[in-house]
Amino acid sequence: MSEPRPSFDPRRAVQLISGRGHSGWLGLRYCDHGDDWVELELPWRQDLLAEEGGKVLASGPILSLMDMASGMAIWRAMAEFSAIATLDLRVDYVRPAREGASVFGRSQCYRVTRSAAFVRGFAHDGDPDDPVAHIQGAFMKIISHAAMGQDG
Amino acid sequence: MADAAHIDALTPYARALGIVVERWDDGVPVLRVDFDATVEGRPEHYHGGATGGLLETAGYGVLHAELNRRARKAVLKPINITVQYLNAGKARTSYARGRVTKLGRRSANIAVEAWQDDPQRPIATAVMNVLMVDG
Repeated sequence: MSEPRPSFDPRRAVQLISGRGHSGWLGLRYCDHGDDWVELELPWRQDLLAEEGGKVLASGPILSLMDMASGMAIWRAMAEFSAIATLDLRVDYVRPAREGASVFGRSQCYRVTRSAAFVRGFAHDGDPDDPVAHIQGAFMKIISHAAMGQDG
Repeated sequence: MADAAHIDALTPYARALGIVVERWDDGVPVLRVDFDATVEGRPEHYHGGATGGLLETAGYGVLHAELNRRARKAVLKPINITVQYLNAGKARTSYARGRVTKLGRRSANIAVEAWQDDPQRPIATAVMNVLMVDG
């Protein structure tokens, strides 16, 4: 009980994962964080567009951005590190992102229980007061494969 | 017509993610993505965002197909999507297929399922609302 609470470092985590997998492919970057929130950047890129010849990012990468920022926000808010799985994630796309603009995703973990964690957040393209999307999600802590019986 | 819908269904993002049209079932495109680093989250599993991208692409695919069938032209704009993650996406091929549950004049509601080995055991589902602007 006397051990200090381990602190999850989103900047370092992004460095570790940015070379591999889906988030590496997207080129996600660290922006900022607080006790219970994390902001990441999704740089604009030609092959992540919603339309041929367009300039607006597809909505799929925004889902990935918010999923990743949400997971890290939960790890910031959790008293101890645990693997987590997304249960559900809702994204409201309130306006298209500006052409050629990075999209920034900020997610806050507003509640952690023994088994679940809840997040809300938004994505913006430069001005946090004028979001492009709002999100809400629920995650489960993964206890252990043995305890769960199957992969569910 | 299948070719036209095929092209409409796949955005540059979807193609970059490795999504292809596997087949058509009664005019509905069934999409496929093979497992590789592009879709990987925690080791040997799909990233939730990649699964979401597959679901969303299948949702737009079935809506494009339905609009083509009715000879309607529209620019599609996302309103929202809610993804439910049901089972871990393992390191193997995933499929997805959507159903237009409501086609209105200005908006459509679409339900989508993604699965791996067994279509009866989806790994994720999504509900999408899409705005249709006359094109």
